[in-house]
Amino acid sequence: MLTRRTDLPLDSDSLSRFLPWLIAFMVFLAVMTLAGVMALNATASRWNKGISGALTVQIAPLETSVEKEEMRLQAALTVLHATPGVADAKIISDAEIMALLEPWLGALGKAKDLPLPHLIDVELEDGADPDTAALTRRLEAAAAGASIDDHRIWLKRLINLIRTVEGLAAAVLALVCLSTVGTVIFTTRTGLAIHREAIEVLHHIGAQDSYIAEQFATRALMLGLQGGGIGLALAIPSLLGIGHLATQMETGLLPDFSLSALHWAVLAGLPPAVAVIAMLTAHLTVTKTLIKMI
Amino acid sequence: MNTKADDCVVRFENVGLRYGLGPEVLQDISLSMTAGSFHFLIGASGAGKSSLLKLMYLALKPSRGLISMFGRDIAVTGRRELPALRRRIGVVFQEFRLLPYLSAFDNVALPLRVAGVKENDIRKHVVELLSWVGLKDHLEARPPTMSGGQQQRVAIARAIIARPKLLLADEPTGNVDDQMALRIMHLFEELNKLGTTIVIATHNESLVRRLGHHCMRLEKGNLEMNAKISSVFGLTPETVT
Repeated sequence: MLTRRTDLPLDSDSLSRFLPWLIAFMVFLAVMTLAGVMALNATASRWNKGISGALTVQIAPLETSVEKEEMRLQAALTVLHATPGVADAKIISDAEIMALLEPWLGALGKAKDLPLPHLIDVELEDGADPDTAALTRRLEAAAAGASIDDHRIWLKRLINLIRTVEGLAAAVLALVCLSTVGTVIFTTRTGLAIHREAIEVLHHIGAQDSYIAEQFATRALMLGLQGGGIGLALAIPSLLGIGHLATQMETGLLPDFSLSALHWAVLAGLPPAVAVIAMLTAHLTVTKTLIKMI
Repeated sequence: MNTKADDCVVRFENVGLRYGLGPEVLQDISLSMTAGSFHFLIGASGAGKSSLLKLMYLALKPSRGLISMFGRDIAVTGRRELPALRRRIGVVFQEFRLLPYLSAFDNVALPLRVAGVKENDIRKHVVELLSWVGLKDHLEARPPTMSGGQQQRVAIARAIIARPKLLLADEPTGNVDDQMALRIMHLFEELNKLGTTIVIATHNESLVRRLGHHCMRLEKGNLEMNAKISSVFGLTPETVT
């Protein structure tokens, strides 16, 4: 089909010269959007995997004596270890807390003077979903001032946000797709009008609609591949540039923008997918239009 | 004509044709053509010859009446079935209707290509036929670079390359010299002997007289099936184009 010679001079249509550039632009947009979605999705998965099975218990410093503080911590640990679904619970040392705060507060020479809360890192069993309200009440009873920082709440909100962005990206992809389809329909109909006389001759000598449609479809496929290739070629350096810039930023401020081999394979599949859409659109447009002819 | 419907290549019964809301350009046309028959179609300019040929090569549908081609009622023949019928019909258009961007070879090869014939077979047949019509040295020439007569011969070659069962020709000798005209008519007669039904719309009096085949005359949309040649060409020259 691809090597088939054509009986219609579709190469000479001025619109044929414009179509690959429009498809290139559409593919560029689609690749950038899809890459963004895949990077966000991967980040959300990593975050989800990293903290969905964890809680942090925070105990405000109330007692002045170290022994009493230690007793409160141990009481909280006892409650946690007795809670179904808790796999492990361990106290985060003062040194670790200071290391966490250092990026924001600088070197903490006089950390002992600061009223820092005590933290307990709780690891949950797979699939465990403890009642955090009840656990908070029991911890409060064992160690006054204890509270639970449930990461799942803000993680859920974050994932909701990412899903919303993904939905918007899907809408952008749909618009890109519709624009491509609309453009191919327009150029195909124009081509049919330009070559109407030749098409009539082909009909008179016994050509099926499909014979004529295949010529338009093959042309659309070739232009789609050409435009898609250009779009992808422009998008790859852009993506690599964004990835490079993201790694230059302070860690933690931006999600990791790296794409896996599977992601690159999906992106590489976009130009042929767009070309196939263009081909099918052209074929359908021609057959729908020719059916009005005798 | 007393002919069984199944034997007819072309059969019209009370066919009328009008364009849009205009007057009927063809009125109550009834005719039947058996396989292997040879007909001349004659008439003044505007008499409806081209419209009648268009109905025969399925480019138009009648406003009324019945048309049967190769035993198939066109009114109930599906659109998908029309190409197969059209492949049995060869047409030489008055204005040639060659595709100007294709070579003479490719123009003639078109009917074979749409029929799915293999390229090797196409080459053999097309070269042979173009050689026969004296265009062996113009295989790659494009129509705009050819004379009217050469284009006409390409158009004729395209019409007969697929060995049609029905050949319709609108002024097929209008742009060639008498010798080539006679040669072309002999080619048509050879095809006719092989069973092809021939319908030729022409103004070439000498050819009609010389070949002496059945003659039909169209006048103001009405068809006279068995026109006398003398009566046809007895018309004044300005009324016959």
